[in-house]
Amino acid sequence: MLNRDWLTRLRLRWGVHPLGRKEQGNREGILTLPLPSRLHVPMLQHTGQPAKPRVTVGQRVRKGEMIAARQGNISAPVHAPTSGTVIAIGDYPAPHPSGLPVLTVSIDCDGLEEWVDLDPPSDPFALAPEALAAKVAEAGIVGLGGATFPSAVKMALGLRTQVRTLLVNGSECEPYLSCDDRLMRERAAAIVDGMNLIRHAVGAETILCGIEDNKPEALAAMREAAAPFPHIALRRLPTRYPMGSDRQLIQVLTGREVPSDGRSADVGVLVHNVATCYAVHEALRYGRPLISRIVTVAGGAVRAPRNVEALIGTPARYLVEQCGGLSGESARLVMGGPMMGLELASLDVPVIKGSSGILALDASELPSATPSPCIRCGQCVTACPMNLMPFEMSARIRTGALDEAVGMGLKDCLTCGACSYVCPAHIPLSHYFNYARGELTRRERNTLRQESIRKLVAERSERLERDAREKAEAAARRKAERERAKAEADAARAAKAAAKAAEESSA
Amino acid sequence: MKYAAHAPHAHARASIGRLMLWVMIALTPATLYAFWLYGWPAIFLWAVTVLSAAGAEFFVLRLMQRDAARGLADGTAVLTGWLLALTLPPWAPWWVGVIGSVFAIVVVKQVFGGTGQNLFNPAMAARVMLLISFPVELTTWVGPSPLFGAGALSFVEGARVTFLGQMPLGFDALTSATTLGHVKTELTRGIDVPAALASHGQGLGASLIGLHAGSLGETAAVLLLAGGVLLIALRVIRWHIPVAMLAGVLLPAMLMHAHDPARYLDAGTHLLAGGLILGAFFIASDPATSPGTARGQLLFGFGCGLLVWVIRTWGGYPEAVAFAVLLMNAFTPVIDRYLRPRIYGHPARFARRTRP
Amino acid sequence: MVAVLSLTGLGLLLGLGLGVAAKFLRVEQEDGRIAEVEALLPGSQCGQCGFPGCAPAAAALVAGAAPVTLCPPGGRDLVEKLAALLGVEADTAGMAETVPMLAIIEETQCIGCTKCFKVCPTDAVIGATRQVHNVLREACTGCGKCVDVCPTLAISLEPVPATLQSWTWHKPPRELPVLNAPLSTAGASC
Repeated sequence: MLNRDWLTRLRLRWGVHPLGRKEQGNREGILTLPLPSRLHVPMLQHTGQPAKPRVTVGQRVRKGEMIAARQGNISAPVHAPTSGTVIAIGDYPAPHPSGLPVLTVSIDCDGLEEWVDLDPPSDPFALAPEALAAKVAEAGIVGLGGATFPSAVKMALGLRTQVRTLLVNGSECEPYLSCDDRLMRERAAAIVDGMNLIRHAVGAETILCGIEDNKPEALAAMREAAAPFPHIALRRLPTRYPMGSDRQLIQVLTGREVPSDGRSADVGVLVHNVATCYAVHEALRYGRPLISRIVTVAGGAVRAPRNVEALIGTPARYLVEQCGGLSGESARLVMGGPMMGLELASLDVPVIKGSSGILALDASELPSATPSPCIRCGQCVTACPMNLMPFEMSARIRTGALDEAVGMGLKDCLTCGACSYVCPAHIPLSHYFNYARGELTRRERNTLRQESIRKLVAERSERLERDAREKAEAAARRKAERERAKAEADAARAAKAAAKAAEESSA
Repeated sequence: MKYAAHAPHAHARASIGRLMLWVMIALTPATLYAFWLYGWPAIFLWAVTVLSAAGAEFFVLRLMQRDAARGLADGTAVLTGWLLALTLPPWAPWWVGVIGSVFAIVVVKQVFGGTGQNLFNPAMAARVMLLISFPVELTTWVGPSPLFGAGALSFVEGARVTFLGQMPLGFDALTSATTLGHVKTELTRGIDVPAALASHGQGLGASLIGLHAGSLGETAAVLLLAGGVLLIALRVIRWHIPVAMLAGVLLPAMLMHAHDPARYLDAGTHLLAGGLILGAFFIASDPATSPGTARGQLLFGFGCGLLVWVIRTWGGYPEAVAFAVLLMNAFTPVIDRYLRPRIYGHPARFARRTRP
Repeated sequence: MVAVLSLTGLGLLLGLGLGVAAKFLRVEQEDGRIAEVEALLPGSQCGQCGFPGCAPAAAALVAGAAPVTLCPPGGRDLVEKLAALLGVEADTAGMAETVPMLAIIEETQCIGCTKCFKVCPTDAVIGATRQVHNVLREACTGCGKCVDVCPTLAISLEPVPATLQSWTWHKPPRELPVLNAPLSTAGASC
């Protein structure tokens, strides 16, 4: 039989092969960071509505205590990563390229690490799937691969739509990052247990776990841990970016394509990241909410790159300091991987649930050339995992023809950056696409706002009219009343006069 | 305010200048070999054409107040001049090269918006313009007389040919029709293809190593092919256009030759006698003027090839690569519009709902 | 001679045909266009354009008597939409700096006179007599009418603060370093 990898390579030509540079951080084991003195826990660490704080300034919280509840359907609660005192609830810089503040609960750590009373189910497999999803929701678990979509919402969706196969994403295709790699090497049994729990919670039959072939140790560890379970299959994937995008992973592992207006559940699969499986294991076996994660600290400007287990809310600066600090000036700070990560203005921002990496890149690692005109070479078309035509779309966006770009598939774009990566003209293609999508959302919001304002104006003019009418009516009524009174008075007077006259005449 | 940099924070380290450099490297062996075959006039003509292309680009960019040094550094103008020079008769006078280059750069490229914006291949448009405007100069071919060999022109004699138009003694003996031109002429005189080929006296073997009259880029098929394969291996160009274009010529050639060998040239002569290999690997594959998708490139290449064969067989000109490429260039926007790849997760092309 | 005459005749005939067609097939839809333009305008009748309300402004726009940049609350989006609808070239260069504004009431200076909420076209000001007023952020169009009537100068217009959810990526700077000549903008294959 032909080698499966070869078939995949022949069938699918998308993607790029960026320099991995994973060896920077994956040589040493995961380092559990010593407790920092202060944590800044943002309320918006997930896709959807921000969580609503339930603590007050000065209140003492214990480790694992819920400090903010979810709001709305798509949201996740936030827990205290350690025990201590809430010292502030207010704006604090978000780990985001805008540098804008976000509502954050700041906690002074007391060093006691005193846990809240944990209440793990004695046998999670005995619980109903719905109950498992509820526990995952309570634990504040979100997709740890970077999308940070609340996991419980995804699981509930899986239950409703009859998922046959659970796909577990261990591809970790972004360069530099090795947090999933180390997690699989060191905690494979826990991940496999988490996989089984999710399988139970979504009612899937089989589990398919894909790991890129640049992580042989992780693959071996996972194979060993999964050996007792016949329903788990491990697949070696060719190393290619963006293999870790769930649509591409589904295509490679199952041969199916998620409809453009659908979800993965529509083709009978659900994708979860290995780190999410680990978090689910922690929550359902030990009752521990998601309060820490593995973060890769790497980049040419970091002295001793490695993976660390950091509490949510730990300042990024603290992580870098614990990895030997920066050697000289770093040219760019990035949260996440280099292909899709977000530039940070400073290291004084907290680690959040979605932070897979903190990179301090030096100038030699960054793209340097300035953009030149497109020569239509089509390399972006070859690289695009969604089969779009990036160079045509960006030309439309540049001239402001956003609707044409939408017609060419702008909304299908993953903004994975493969096109920008290969472009010989150094055109910031994925930047154009993110700009265009932001602009479209903004316009949509504006239109909605205009409509609501139009409604308000209409209501006001109606009210003014009604007021005027009522006023006029009241005036008319008063006038009528006055006239009636006058008429009555006149009549009375007349009657009186008549009576008098009659009296006189009779007299 | 300083904006945050958008991802990706890494790059494949490719650049337009580097791509063009690779194309030039791939052209170098064949060019040097052709220099040796045709001597000093060819070298002078090449230098004049390339320099005037670069000069025209520089001048136009300065005129438009753009960064001229940066515009030149991407190498597209030099490459245009180089490709044009390869399609000219080696002993053509210097002004042919200058007019061609200036036309290519100013009218065909910069007027349309510069690098990447031109609709037509500048070198081919210039060649066609020259062919129509100066038919005598563009169809006077000489047979090879290798440098340093007996009968080769000296440096001064070569300069006289290129710059003063003073042909050496016995020039008439040197002139010769190209294989394709000879066959076309003989066919109009009622002489069939095998006889015409025999009377031309140049077999396929000679064509393979370029020992026949023709432009610089029609010689040394082997070296050009090697250069083309190098470009594909380095992913500077994709295989689709060259392969489809060769197929577009060779398939009908083989079919019709088998049908009537007396009237139709064989595939080997089609492949080796003209500028087909140069056209397929270096000219039709020019990214700016060819479609951006794999399917579009296959269609484009095959169309180029088919047109080459049709014009060579039934048209008025013996060689057709320039015409074929220009005609297909005009179709590129249409091909790119209608042969878009099926987007992931969308139904197949003809079932696709049109979006507003 | 015959050729010249026949060509002249032909030219005249075709020209006549075109003229007739232009006359009879002209699209008469001025009123429809006014309604369309009015539908685009914010409809708050704020009067910042100098016209008494959105309907007169729309009529002026269609008549070409007012620039498409006339409406500050509409912002750049509106300029672009109007320019597209009316088929005119919009100069948004000067508009680049306008950002959506919001009325803010300085609580210590508000005397609760209710003048502002009487003029507010969208009922965005809430409060009662002798009580501190407040502005509903969602309803305020930033028209500034309240600023003009406030007797204690307690109201000011400030830019709507950006939030993480409303933040979007900026447009990438253009590719070619152009010194001062405008560059052709269309892609090669438009």
